[in-house]
Amino acid sequence: MQPSVADIWAVLDGVPDPEIPAISLTDLGIIREVAWEGEVLEVTVTPTYSGCPATSFINRAIEEALHDAGIAKVALKRQLSPPWTTDWLTEGGKRKLEAYGIAPPTSPKGPERCPHCGGADLERISAFGSTPCKAQWRCRDCLEPFDHFKCI
Amino acid sequence: MDPLFEFCLRMGDNTLVLGHRVSQWCGHAPVVEEDIALANTALDLIGQTQLWLGLAGEVEGKGRDADALAFRRDAWDFRSVLLVEQPNGDFGNTLLRQYLFDEWQALMLAALKRSTDTRVAAIAAKAAKEVAYHVERSRGTVVGLGDGTAESHAKMQAALDRLYPFVGELFATDATDEAVAEAGIAPLPSDLRAAYDAALAATMAEATLTIPDSRWTHAGGRDGSRHSEHLGHLLTEMQWLQRAYPDATW
Ligand SMILES: [Zn+2]
Repeated sequence: MQPSVADIWAVLDGVPDPEIPAISLTDLGIIREVAWEGEVLEVTVTPTYSGCPATSFINRAIEEALHDAGIAKVALKRQLSPPWTTDWLTEGGKRKLEAYGIAPPTSPKGPERCPHCGGADLERISAFGSTPCKAQWRCRDCLEPFDHFKCI
Repeated sequence: MDPLFEFCLRMGDNTLVLGHRVSQWCGHAPVVEEDIALANTALDLIGQTQLWLGLAGEVEGKGRDADALAFRRDAWDFRSVLLVEQPNGDFGNTLLRQYLFDEWQALMLAALKRSTDTRVAAIAAKAAKEVAYHVERSRGTVVGLGDGTAESHAKMQAALDRLYPFVGELFATDATDEAVAEAGIAPLPSDLRAAYDAALAATMAEATLTIPDSRWTHAGGRDGSRHSEHLGHLLTEMQWLQRAYPDATW
Protein backbone atom coordinates (compact mmCIF):
# COMPACT_ATOMS: atom_id res chain seq x y z
CA MET A 1 0.00 0.00 0.00
CA GLN A 2 1.18 3.50 -0.82
CA PRO A 3 2.01 5.71 2.17
CA SER A 4 -0.19 8.78 2.31
CA VAL A 5 1.12 12.18 1.33
CA ALA A 6 0.92 13.19 5.01
CA ASP A 7 3.17 10.25 5.93
CA ILE A 8 5.64 11.34 3.25
CA TRP A 9 5.75 14.85 4.69
CA ALA A 10 6.47 13.31 8.10
CA VAL A 11 9.43 11.41 6.59
CA LEU A 12 10.74 14.61 5.00
CA ASP A 13 10.36 16.43 8.35
CA GLY A 14 13.10 14.12 9.58
CA VAL A 15 15.63 14.91 6.84
CA PRO A 16 18.18 17.47 8.09
CA ASP A 17 19.60 20.21 5.92
CA PRO A 18 23.13 19.01 5.06
CA GLU A 19 24.77 22.34 5.85
CA ILE A 20 22.65 23.40 8.83
CA PRO A 21 21.57 20.06 10.37
CA ALA A 22 19.69 21.84 13.18
CA ILE A 23 16.80 22.37 10.77
CA SER A 24 15.01 20.00 8.42
CA LEU A 25 14.34 20.38 4.73
CA THR A 26 10.70 21.10 5.48
CA ASP A 27 11.72 23.78 8.03
CA LEU A 28 13.75 25.35 5.23
CA GLY A 29 10.64 25.48 3.04
CA ILE A 30 12.28 24.06 -0.07
CA ILE A 31 9.89 21.13 -0.56
CA ARG A 32 7.07 22.64 -2.56
CA GLU A 33 4.92 19.63 -3.34
CA VAL A 34 4.59 15.92 -2.74
CA ALA A 35 2.26 13.92 -4.98
CA TRP A 36 1.75 10.42 -6.25
CA GLU A 37 1.75 9.94 -10.01
CA GLY A 38 0.72 6.29 -10.20
CA GLU A 39 3.59 4.25 -8.78
CA VAL A 40 5.96 7.20 -8.73
CA LEU A 41 6.26 9.67 -5.90
CA GLU A 42 6.95 13.14 -7.28
CA VAL A 43 8.72 15.55 -4.96
CA THR A 44 9.05 19.14 -6.10
CA VAL A 45 12.07 20.94 -4.71
CA THR A 46 13.04 24.57 -5.13
CA PRO A 47 16.73 25.51 -4.86
CA THR A 48 17.82 28.04 -2.22
CA TYR A 49 20.67 29.74 -4.12
CA SER A 50 21.31 28.80 -7.74
CA GLY A 51 24.93 27.86 -7.02
CA CYS A 52 24.39 26.29 -3.61
CA PRO A 53 26.64 23.21 -3.49
CA ALA A 54 24.25 21.59 -0.99
CA THR A 55 21.57 21.18 -3.67
CA SER A 56 22.85 17.83 -4.97
CA PHE A 57 23.33 16.55 -1.41
CA ILE A 58 19.80 17.61 -0.56
CA ASN A 59 18.43 15.71 -3.55
CA ARG A 60 20.33 12.59 -2.53
CA ALA A 61 19.18 12.92 1.10
CA ILE A 62 15.55 13.12 -0.03
CA GLU A 63 15.88 10.05 -2.23
CA GLU A 64 17.64 8.04 0.48
CA ALA A 65 15.10 8.95 3.17
CA LEU A 66 12.20 8.00 0.93
CA HIS A 67 13.84 4.74 -0.17
CA ASP A 68 14.46 3.90 3.49
CA ALA A 69 10.76 4.53 4.10
CA GLY A 70 9.98 1.86 1.50
CA ILE A 71 9.19 4.02 -1.50
CA ALA A 72 10.75 2.45 -4.55
CA LYS A 73 10.17 5.06 -7.24
CA VAL A 74 10.95 8.70 -6.51
CA ALA A 75 11.10 11.47 -9.10
CA LEU A 76 12.54 14.82 -8.06
CA LYS A 77 11.31 17.87 -9.89
CA ARG A 78 13.12 21.20 -9.78
CA GLN A 79 10.92 24.26 -9.58
CA LEU A 80 12.53 27.67 -10.04
CA SER A 81 9.45 29.85 -9.97
CA PRO A 82 8.37 31.38 -7.69
CA PRO A 83 11.94 31.66 -6.38
CA TRP A 84 12.66 30.41 -2.88
CA THR A 85 12.34 33.05 -0.20
CA THR A 86 13.30 33.00 3.47
CA ASP A 87 9.62 33.81 4.16
CA TRP A 88 9.06 30.09 3.58
CA LEU A 89 11.20 29.16 6.57
CA THR A 90 8.82 27.82 9.21
CA GLU A 91 8.43 29.49 12.61
CA GLY A 92 9.76 26.30 14.19
CA GLY A 93 12.72 26.45 11.83
CA LYS A 94 13.49 30.01 12.86
CA ARG A 95 13.45 29.04 16.54
CA LYS A 96 15.77 26.08 15.88
CA LEU A 97 18.18 28.31 13.97
CA GLU A 98 18.41 30.77 16.84
CA ALA A 99 18.92 27.99 19.39
CA TYR A 100 21.71 26.69 17.12
CA GLY A 101 23.44 30.11 17.20
CA ILE A 102 22.27 31.47 13.84
CA ALA A 103 20.17 34.63 13.86
CA PRO A 104 17.05 33.83 11.80
CA PRO A 105 15.95 35.99 8.84
CA THR A 106 13.49 38.58 10.11
CA SER A 107 14.28 41.78 8.24
CA PRO A 108 16.44 42.69 5.21
CA LYS A 109 18.13 45.24 7.47
CA GLY A 110 19.65 42.48 9.56
CA PRO A 111 19.16 40.32 12.64
CA GLU A 112 16.89 41.36 15.47
CA ARG A 113 19.13 40.22 18.30
CA CYS A 114 22.30 38.33 19.11
CA PRO A 115 21.56 34.58 19.19
CA HIS A 116 24.05 34.18 22.07
CA CYS A 117 23.07 36.88 24.59
CA GLY A 118 19.99 38.53 23.08
CA GLY A 119 21.81 41.86 22.78
CA ALA A 120 20.54 44.35 20.20
CA ASP A 121 23.74 46.36 19.60
CA LEU A 122 24.90 44.59 16.44
CA GLU A 123 27.21 45.29 13.51
CA ARG A 124 27.64 43.59 10.17
CA ILE A 125 31.08 42.18 9.39
CA SER A 126 30.27 40.94 5.89
CA ALA A 127 27.20 40.42 3.70
CA PHE A 128 28.55 36.95 2.91
CA GLY A 129 29.28 34.02 5.17
CA SER A 130 30.28 30.38 5.38
CA THR A 131 27.41 29.33 3.08
CA PRO A 132 25.56 31.32 0.40
CA CYS A 133 22.56 31.81 2.70
CA LYS A 134 24.43 33.48 5.56
CA ALA A 135 26.05 36.80 6.46
CA GLN A 136 28.54 37.50 9.25
CA TRP A 137 27.59 39.76 12.13
CA ARG A 138 29.02 40.64 15.53
CA CYS A 139 27.41 41.50 18.83
CA ARG A 140 28.82 44.57 20.59
CA ASP A 141 27.35 43.43 23.92
CA CYS A 142 28.97 40.00 24.26
CA LEU A 143 31.56 40.69 21.51
CA GLU A 144 30.84 37.32 19.87
CA PRO A 145 30.57 36.94 16.10
CA PHE A 146 27.57 35.04 14.73
CA ASP A 147 25.97 34.00 11.46
CA HIS A 148 22.80 35.65 10.20
CA PHE A 149 20.52 33.75 7.83
CA LYS A 150 20.02 36.40 5.12
CA CYS A 151 16.59 37.50 3.99
CA ILE A 152 16.06 36.85 0.31
CA MET B 1 21.03 30.42 -35.23
CA ASP B 2 18.01 30.59 -32.90
CA PRO B 3 18.08 34.07 -31.30
CA LEU B 4 16.89 32.65 -27.95
CA PHE B 5 19.77 30.15 -27.95
CA GLU B 6 22.21 32.95 -28.72
CA PHE B 7 20.67 35.13 -26.02
CA CYS B 8 20.98 32.38 -23.37
CA LEU B 9 24.62 31.86 -24.36
CA ARG B 10 25.31 35.56 -23.89
CA MET B 11 23.76 35.54 -20.42
CA GLY B 12 25.38 32.26 -19.39
CA ASP B 13 28.82 32.93 -20.85
CA ASN B 14 29.01 36.27 -19.03
CA THR B 15 28.30 34.64 -15.68
CA LEU B 16 30.53 31.65 -16.46
CA VAL B 17 33.58 33.68 -17.42
CA LEU B 18 33.14 36.21 -14.62
CA GLY B 19 32.39 33.41 -12.13
CA HIS B 20 35.62 31.68 -13.11
CA ARG B 21 37.59 34.91 -12.88
CA VAL B 22 36.20 35.68 -9.41
CA SER B 23 36.83 32.11 -8.23
CA GLN B 24 40.53 32.65 -8.99
CA TRP B 25 40.60 34.83 -5.86
CA CYS B 26 39.72 31.93 -3.59
CA GLY B 27 42.43 31.82 -0.92
CA HIS B 28 44.09 35.05 -2.14
CA ALA B 29 41.86 37.92 -0.97
CA PRO B 30 43.30 40.58 1.38
CA VAL B 31 41.14 39.49 4.35
CA VAL B 32 39.13 36.36 5.05
CA GLU B 33 35.71 38.07 4.90
CA GLU B 34 36.48 39.32 1.39
CA ASP B 35 37.76 35.91 0.39
CA ILE B 36 34.47 34.36 1.48
CA ALA B 37 32.46 37.10 -0.24
CA LEU B 38 34.32 36.58 -3.51
CA ALA B 39 33.91 32.81 -3.34
CA ASN B 40 30.18 33.16 -2.66
CA THR B 41 29.78 35.62 -5.52
CA ALA B 42 31.59 33.20 -7.84
CA LEU B 43 29.32 30.40 -6.65
CA ASP B 44 26.17 32.40 -7.40
CA LEU B 45 27.49 33.26 -10.87
CA ILE B 46 28.34 29.64 -11.67
CA GLY B 47 24.90 28.59 -10.40
CA GLN B 48 23.27 31.12 -12.71
CA THR B 49 25.44 29.79 -15.53
CA GLN B 50 23.99 26.32 -15.01
CA LEU B 51 20.51 27.76 -15.42
CA TRP B 52 21.26 29.87 -18.51
CA LEU B 53 23.37 27.30 -20.31
CA GLY B 54 20.92 24.57 -19.28
CA LEU B 55 18.17 26.54 -20.99
CA ALA B 56 20.44 27.20 -23.98
CA GLY B 57 20.96 23.46 -24.40
CA GLU B 58 17.22 22.82 -24.09
CA VAL B 59 16.44 25.48 -26.70
CA GLU B 60 19.11 24.14 -29.04
CA GLY B 61 17.73 20.62 -28.74
CA LYS B 62 20.88 18.80 -29.79
CA GLY B 63 21.51 17.04 -26.52
CA ARG B 64 24.12 19.48 -25.21
CA ASP B 65 23.71 20.22 -21.50
CA ALA B 66 25.20 23.08 -19.48
CA ASP B 67 28.45 21.18 -18.92
CA ALA B 68 28.86 20.39 -22.61
CA LEU B 69 28.36 24.05 -23.47
CA ALA B 70 30.69 25.29 -20.75
CA PHE B 71 33.53 22.84 -21.26
CA ARG B 72 33.44 21.80 -24.90
CA ARG B 73 33.21 24.99 -26.85
CA ASP B 74 36.26 26.91 -27.98
CA ALA B 75 36.84 30.64 -27.57
CA TRP B 76 35.17 31.68 -30.85
CA ASP B 77 31.89 30.05 -29.78
CA PHE B 78 31.77 32.01 -26.52
CA ARG B 79 29.45 35.00 -26.26
CA SER B 80 30.79 36.72 -23.15
CA VAL B 81 31.48 40.46 -23.22
CA LEU B 82 35.13 41.55 -23.14
CA LEU B 83 34.64 43.20 -19.72
CA VAL B 84 34.30 39.89 -17.87
CA GLU B 85 37.33 38.40 -19.64
CA GLN B 86 39.64 41.10 -18.30
CA PRO B 87 42.25 39.87 -15.83
CA ASN B 88 41.59 40.32 -12.13
CA GLY B 89 44.42 42.79 -11.50
CA ASP B 90 44.41 44.00 -7.91
CA PHE B 91 41.51 43.69 -5.49
CA GLY B 92 40.17 47.15 -6.38
CA ASN B 93 40.26 46.38 -10.09
CA THR B 94 38.35 43.13 -9.47
CA LEU B 95 35.65 44.87 -7.45
CA LEU B 96 35.34 47.71 -9.95
CA ARG B 97 34.90 45.21 -12.80
CA GLN B 98 32.32 43.45 -10.62
CA TYR B 99 30.45 46.68 -9.98
CA LEU B 100 30.37 47.65 -13.68
CA PHE B 101 28.91 44.21 -14.45
CA ASP B 102 26.57 43.95 -11.43
CA GLU B 103 24.84 47.24 -12.15
CA TRP B 104 24.16 46.09 -15.74
CA GLN B 105 23.10 42.61 -14.65
CA ALA B 106 20.67 43.98 -12.05
CA LEU B 107 18.96 46.15 -14.69
CA MET B 108 18.90 43.33 -17.23
CA LEU B 109 17.42 40.80 -14.78
CA ALA B 110 14.79 43.28 -13.57
CA ALA B 111 13.60 43.60 -17.17
CA LEU B 112 13.84 39.86 -17.83
CA LYS B 113 11.48 39.11 -14.93
CA ARG B 114 8.76 40.33 -17.31
CA SER B 115 9.94 38.12 -20.18
CA THR B 116 7.27 36.46 -22.30
CA ASP B 117 9.33 33.27 -22.01
CA THR B 118 8.43 31.87 -18.58
CA ARG B 119 11.72 29.96 -18.33
CA VAL B 120 13.71 33.16 -18.86
CA ALA B 121 11.50 35.00 -16.36
CA ALA B 122 11.98 32.26 -13.74
CA ILE B 123 15.78 32.31 -14.03
CA ALA B 124 15.78 36.11 -13.87
CA ALA B 125 13.61 36.19 -10.74
CA LYS B 126 15.92 33.72 -9.04
CA ALA B 127 19.17 35.39 -10.09
CA ALA B 128 17.94 38.91 -9.30
CA LYS B 129 17.75 38.07 -5.59
CA GLU B 130 21.40 37.02 -5.58
CA VAL B 131 22.57 39.94 -7.70
CA ALA B 132 20.94 42.41 -5.29
CA TYR B 133 23.56 41.32 -2.74
CA HIS B 134 26.37 41.44 -5.30
CA VAL B 135 25.69 45.01 -6.37
CA GLU B 136 25.23 46.20 -2.79
CA ARG B 137 28.66 44.85 -1.91
CA SER B 138 30.56 45.85 -5.07
CA ARG B 139 29.07 49.33 -4.96
CA GLY B 140 29.98 49.74 -1.28
CA THR B 141 33.54 48.59 -1.92
CA VAL B 142 33.98 50.91 -4.92
CA VAL B 143 32.77 53.84 -2.80
CA GLY B 144 34.91 52.82 0.18
CA LEU B 145 38.10 52.42 -1.84
CA GLY B 146 37.45 55.35 -4.21
CA ASP B 147 36.76 57.71 -1.34
CA GLY B 148 39.49 56.09 0.79
CA THR B 149 43.19 56.80 1.04
CA ALA B 150 45.20 58.59 -1.65
CA GLU B 151 46.60 55.23 -2.71
CA SER B 152 43.27 53.39 -2.88
CA HIS B 153 41.72 56.34 -4.72
CA ALA B 154 44.52 56.35 -7.31
CA LYS B 155 44.17 52.60 -7.85
CA MET B 156 40.41 52.80 -8.28
CA GLN B 157 40.65 55.71 -10.71
CA ALA B 158 43.23 53.76 -12.73
CA ALA B 159 40.90 50.74 -12.72
CA LEU B 160 37.96 52.85 -13.90
CA ASP B 161 40.09 54.39 -16.66
CA ARG B 162 41.18 50.90 -17.72
CA LEU B 163 37.76 49.19 -17.58
CA TYR B 164 35.32 51.89 -18.64
CA PRO B 165 36.21 51.42 -22.34
CA PHE B 166 34.64 47.94 -22.04
CA VAL B 167 31.28 49.14 -20.70
CA GLY B 168 29.74 50.13 -24.03
CA GLU B 169 29.69 46.55 -25.28
CA LEU B 170 27.11 45.65 -22.61
CA PHE B 171 24.64 47.89 -24.43
CA ALA B 172 25.47 46.95 -28.01
CA THR B 173 22.40 45.94 -29.97
CA ASP B 174 22.41 43.65 -33.00
CA ALA B 175 19.98 41.48 -34.98
CA THR B 176 19.85 38.85 -32.20
CA ASP B 177 18.86 41.49 -29.64
CA GLU B 178 16.24 42.90 -31.99
CA ALA B 179 14.76 39.45 -32.54
CA VAL B 180 14.46 38.59 -28.83
CA ALA B 181 13.16 42.09 -28.07
CA GLU B 182 10.57 41.75 -30.83
CA ALA B 183 9.38 38.50 -29.23
CA GLY B 184 9.16 40.16 -25.81
CA ILE B 185 11.82 37.81 -24.43
CA ALA B 186 14.37 40.44 -23.46
CA PRO B 187 14.82 44.21 -23.51
CA LEU B 188 16.98 45.93 -26.09
CA PRO B 189 20.34 46.36 -24.34
CA SER B 190 20.52 49.95 -25.59
CA ASP B 191 17.31 50.71 -23.66
CA LEU B 192 19.10 49.96 -20.38
CA ARG B 193 21.87 52.50 -20.91
CA ALA B 194 20.18 55.60 -19.46
CA ALA B 195 19.37 53.92 -16.14
CA TYR B 196 22.87 52.44 -16.03
CA ASP B 197 24.51 55.80 -16.66
CA ALA B 198 22.45 57.39 -13.89
CA ALA B 199 23.41 54.67 -11.38
CA LEU B 200 27.07 54.84 -12.38
CA ALA B 201 27.16 58.64 -12.12
CA ALA B 202 25.71 58.52 -8.60
CA THR B 203 28.12 55.82 -7.44
CA MET B 204 31.21 57.42 -8.93
CA ALA B 205 30.30 60.82 -7.49
CA GLU B 206 30.07 59.20 -4.05
CA ALA B 207 33.34 57.37 -4.70
CA THR B 208 35.01 60.66 -5.80
CA LEU B 209 36.00 58.93 -9.06
CA THR B 210 35.84 60.54 -12.51
CA ILE B 211 34.10 58.67 -15.33
CA PRO B 212 36.12 59.03 -18.56
CA ASP B 213 34.55 61.37 -21.12
CA SER B 214 34.85 59.07 -24.09
CA ARG B 215 32.08 56.56 -24.81
CA TRP B 216 34.34 54.67 -27.25
CA THR B 217 34.13 50.96 -26.52
CA HIS B 218 35.98 47.75 -27.22
CA ALA B 219 33.65 45.12 -28.67
CA GLY B 220 33.69 41.69 -30.26
CA GLY B 221 33.01 39.42 -27.29
CA ARG B 222 29.22 39.16 -27.22
CA ASP B 223 29.04 38.26 -30.93
CA GLY B 224 32.22 36.15 -30.80
CA SER B 225 33.85 38.08 -33.64
CA ARG B 226 36.93 39.13 -31.68
CA HIS B 227 37.55 37.97 -28.12
CA SER B 228 40.49 39.26 -26.12
CA GLU B 229 43.54 37.03 -25.84
CA HIS B 230 42.64 36.52 -22.18
CA LEU B 231 39.67 34.27 -22.92
CA GLY B 232 41.77 31.52 -24.49
CA HIS B 233 44.06 31.38 -21.48
CA LEU B 234 41.09 31.28 -19.13
CA LEU B 235 39.42 28.45 -21.05
CA THR B 236 42.66 26.46 -21.18
CA GLU B 237 42.61 26.33 -17.40
CA MET B 238 38.85 25.98 -16.94
CA GLN B 239 38.29 23.29 -19.58
CA TRP B 240 41.45 21.28 -19.08
CA LEU B 241 39.96 18.37 -17.17
CA GLN B 242 36.96 17.80 -19.44
CA ARG B 243 39.20 18.00 -22.50
CA ALA B 244 41.88 15.68 -21.11
CA TYR B 245 39.36 13.21 -19.69
CA PRO B 246 36.08 13.58 -21.62
CA ASP B 247 33.01 12.51 -19.62
CA ALA B 248 35.00 12.27 -16.39
CA THR B 249 32.76 12.24 -13.33
CA TRP B 250 33.39 12.40 -9.59
ZN1 LIG C 1 25.67 38.92 22.13
